[in-house]
Amino acid sequence: MAVEMLSYIDRQSPIHRLTGVTKLICFMIWSSIAMLTYDTRILVCLFLFSIFVFIISKVKLKEVAFVLLFILFFLMINNVAIYVFSPQEGVKIYGTSHVLFEIGGRYTITIEQLFYQMNVTLKYFTVIPAAILFIVTTNPSEFAASLNRIGVSYRISYAVALALRYIPDIQRDFRNISLSQQARGIDMSRKEKLTKRIKNAASIIVPLILSSLDKIEVISNAMELRGFGKNKKRSWYRARPFQKIDVITIILFVLILLVSFYVTLHDGNRFYNPF
Amino acid sequence: MKNNLLSIKTIVAIGIGAAVFVILGRFAVIPTGVPNTNFDTSYGFLALMAVVFGPIAGGLIGLIGHALKDAIFYGTPWWSWVLVSGIVGFLIGLVSKKINIEAGNFNVKKMILFNVVQIIVQAIGWFLIAPSLDVFIYAEPANKVYLQGMVAGGLNMVTVAVLGTLLLGIYAKSRSQSGSLIKED
Amino acid sequence: MKKPVIQFENYSFQYRSQAKPTLNDINLTIYEGEKVLIVGPSGSGKSTLGHCINGLVPFSYKGEVSGRLKISGEDVRELDIFSLSKKVGTVLQDPDGQFIGLTVAEDIAFALENDYTPQTQMFNKVAEVSKMVEMENFLDSSLHHLSGGQKQRVSLAGVMVDDVEILLFDEPLANLDPATGKYAIELIERIQQETKKTVVIIEHRLEDVLHCPVDRIIVVDDGRIISDMTPDELLASPILEECSIREPLYVKAAKYAGCAITSDMYPARIDSFQVDDCKDKLADWFIKVNGPQPKVKTETILELNNIDFGYTSGKRTICGVSFSIEKGEMVSIVGKNGAGKSTLSKLICGFEKPSSGRIYYRGLDITEDTIKDRASRIGIVMQNPNQMISKQMIYDEVALGLILRGVPEAEIKDRVFKTLKICGLYPFRNWPISALSFGQKKRVTIASILVLEPEVIILDEPTAGQDFRHYTEIMEFLVELNRQGVTIIMITHDMHLMLEYTPRAIVIAGGTKLADDTAVNVLADSSIINEANLKETSLFELALRAGISEPKEFVDRFIAYDREVRQKWQ
Ligand SMILES: Nc1ncnc2c1ncn2[C@@H]1O[C@H](COP(=O)(O)OP(=O)(O)OP(=O)(O)O)[C@@H](O)[C@H]1O
Ligand SMILES: Nc1ncnc2c1ncn2[C@@H]1O[C@H](COP(=O)(O)OP(=O)(O)OP(=O)(O)O)[C@@H](O)[C@H]1O
Ligand SMILES: [Mg+2]
Ligand SMILES: [Mg+2]
Repeated sequence: MAVEMLSYIDRQSPIHRLTGVTKLICFMIWSSIAMLTYDTRILVCLFLFSIFVFIISKVKLKEVAFVLLFILFFLMINNVAIYVFSPQEGVKIYGTSHVLFEIGGRYTITIEQLFYQMNVTLKYFTVIPAAILFIVTTNPSEFAASLNRIGVSYRISYAVALALRYIPDIQRDFRNISLSQQARGIDMSRKEKLTKRIKNAASIIVPLILSSLDKIEVISNAMELRGFGKNKKRSWYRARPFQKIDVITIILFVLILLVSFYVTLHDGNRFYNPF
Repeated sequence: MKNNLLSIKTIVAIGIGAAVFVILGRFAVIPTGVPNTNFDTSYGFLALMAVVFGPIAGGLIGLIGHALKDAIFYGTPWWSWVLVSGIVGFLIGLVSKKINIEAGNFNVKKMILFNVVQIIVQAIGWFLIAPSLDVFIYAEPANKVYLQGMVAGGLNMVTVAVLGTLLLGIYAKSRSQSGSLIKED
Repeated sequence: MKKPVIQFENYSFQYRSQAKPTLNDINLTIYEGEKVLIVGPSGSGKSTLGHCINGLVPFSYKGEVSGRLKISGEDVRELDIFSLSKKVGTVLQDPDGQFIGLTVAEDIAFALENDYTPQTQMFNKVAEVSKMVEMENFLDSSLHHLSGGQKQRVSLAGVMVDDVEILLFDEPLANLDPATGKYAIELIERIQQETKKTVVIIEHRLEDVLHCPVDRIIVVDDGRIISDMTPDELLASPILEECSIREPLYVKAAKYAGCAITSDMYPARIDSFQVDDCKDKLADWFIKVNGPQPKVKTETILELNNIDFGYTSGKRTICGVSFSIEKGEMVSIVGKNGAGKSTLSKLICGFEKPSSGRIYYRGLDITEDTIKDRASRIGIVMQNPNQMISKQMIYDEVALGLILRGVPEAEIKDRVFKTLKICGLYPFRNWPISALSFGQKKRVTIASILVLEPEVIILDEPTAGQDFRHYTEIMEFLVELNRQGVTIIMITHDMHLMLEYTPRAIVIAGGTKLADDTAVNVLADSSIINEANLKETSLFELALRAGISEPKEFVDRFIAYDREVRQKWQ
């Protein structure tokens, strides 16, 4: 049941060398742009730029392929759903209707709809390489330090660090509990009735949760014994100082942000209308 | 000592809680039989944590847990729903003082209170906020996202009603009454 | 005049959920630079005593305190847990909570970070301390990838960075293999020599701790201090036997032979122990007692054939292991931390699937069988009790498997109560599991499998954290089951347990089978001992020093005799 998940990939690349703070800020800027704009020109530029960044990060496509496949699958389903529920959304947005095929009634295919759905898809393509890169090039230990640096209280930053630290542990516990329950005679096969399945799931979830509650107790004791939370501030072993390249990168991203907003909003509409 | 809003225990609860939320949300979803609709047990857990550790912990567990889950398994956080997980955790947490689960009794009255609150809160979150954000951020068709919200929200309500109530009952029982344990022969 | 650093005066403590105090009227003074060992039965209050010293009682574990406790002259009531944490460094008993950082370096630096130490200073300090525990090459390793012994060193480094006065270790040896355990004790000794800190160790494995000198041993029983003397004095007294704590084996053997142990024989360590006066008695006794009865062979019940397995692709954890086990055998699986012993047990139970190789049960291929199918014949007690417990109440936990199998209620009750009695848990049958000590929890998991009466039982570290009496009771019950034909496989780091109960031992090293022989032969082969991090028994050395020409036979006879004596306890 080795389920793959994204995690830090240690490499030497310009992207890896940026501090976590820089990457965090840039990622947030990037997501904001991608969320806001529907301007096709900007989306295409951003998409090309993110491909470029992906290439210089030296992360191999193979290493993240499982996520990409999943996302492609999801996008396909989502596109179908959008079409099923609102086949004329594009017409509504762009205000014109160029019919491509007549299928009868509301399911007639229009160029506007295709263009709109292409934009939806493009939006994901823009943000996904950036998000994946952020996850695989940021050392999780440095991540908490970065959160703290951009103003999140160190207590909450540390909670995030703990979450990252304990995800593999909890996953292992989950599996072990499930196995030991089966060894006592619980049947986990998928063919069972729903009520039975729920009952079986509870027999794993309940112990997992209770043991996690015990863990909270033990860990907070251990942290307390080693003086967590005694000062207003705390330093971070893994924090890294800013370099010139960090400053340049952040300025670059702020510029991209401003340009995108200007181009998107100067005609008072998030959508770019070629029609 | 407790001069800070967040005690160490709360911080650890947020961290571990988020990790558990991630794992449950990924591995402990029970298919209903209808494709693409699942009972997501992580919300039952979120409700428990919110009631035990209060609104801030509840909110942050939802927020951090959901963002991390999306990020490490699906490549990118789906922000609108992440935010709603946070809001749901926070709002359910508001009843934690009233229920006072640490006292060790979770009677019918509290059970009803808990469920009324969770249903209202989740209705606001999944039926209203999540789809509206989807329309706003991603400009998706309204009827699609509202239906998605309805289905997911409805399932989450059932999950919390069953699993959340069960967990709270168990938790209350595990807070053994003070001075009650003696060795028997 | 030595300066007292820990002073308990008429101190009592009662957990809020308990009806009676867990610690009663404790009077104890520990002086600067001393090394003190605390021993006592499981559940006697040792960890609780430790929690009082580091401040978890009463800051984290609530309850009622009476009497006084001073740490380096200051009353703890006037301190908070942070100032206490500057004075006392603790290594906790529960392995789940010890490591907080993602990597070794961060975990060591944790206390420094909290002190808002500048980064460069932190780098220096971490480098210095990690060198002290010989972990300087692992600073960037993730904690998940360390072996048990390496983890132990990291936890030590983590408390060393803070210049604390007192180091407190709660069962530092549990789960360590014998050689690593020896190393850990030497490390603690060396650090104490270099830094002159006060050291308090809580541990069941008395003989292993005494490998390095200890100033005093405190015996705790049922929440009271019942003795406080030097190791030599204590070993010469009958106190250990009275509270059923295992004495060092060479002492026990000398006592059986009728020698009177006195403190001027320096019984605390085998190398200092003066055997000259009791040589004759030992030799006489050796002739008098009988060895164990040899077992007759029966049919093969379980067979592993060329098993390969890896958790991640590309890294093999188990390579080409084959062995077969006969019906009604008792077998030990031993080896270094991280050798793959627990992994083997998981493969046998179907928790993991081998990448190649077959597993047979009574000649039938069960490699493709589900966990549930196998579980009706093979029961497993896992290493970490937290991973097996799924109910809140002790009774429910033990009854769970029977309920799932549809056993009638009246019978369930009978069987559960009987098993709880065997495991020494009957007085607690109506308690929540959360109020148990670590060793008691482990016993709950053993009970929950014993009650099912499977044909083959696999126990992963059954005696870790158990006191001698419970250990004996559980093991004797297993022997009884074994006589009725149940096959028992034990994974253990306890060499004496292996010698005592399992005639045969399978040694695993680096995922391969290194040896498969009688337990006594395994421990007589120094190359196996070295490669698999085992340790020879002190009885062997005693025999040599007493001039007995067949030391192996001496060990055998001791064990047979000792078992007989202890059977009378029941
Ligand atoms: N958190 C708790 N709440 C209530 N009772 C507790 C708690 N922790 C321990 N006890 C009780 O206090 C007694 C002593 O426990 P403690 O953990 O100090 O034992 P111990 O000597 O360290 O045992 P072991 O060798 O098994 O670790 C036990 O009987 C246990 O039931
Ligand atoms: N779930 C897991 N995923 C990945 N690696 C694992 C897992 N469990 C164990 N390992 C690795 O497999 C190796 C063998 O582990 P195993 O637990 O079988 O050792 P062991 O012989 O039982 O050691 P110990 O005496 O310390 O209990 C170790 O290197 C360990 O880090
Ligand atoms: Mg203990
Ligand atoms: Mg093991």
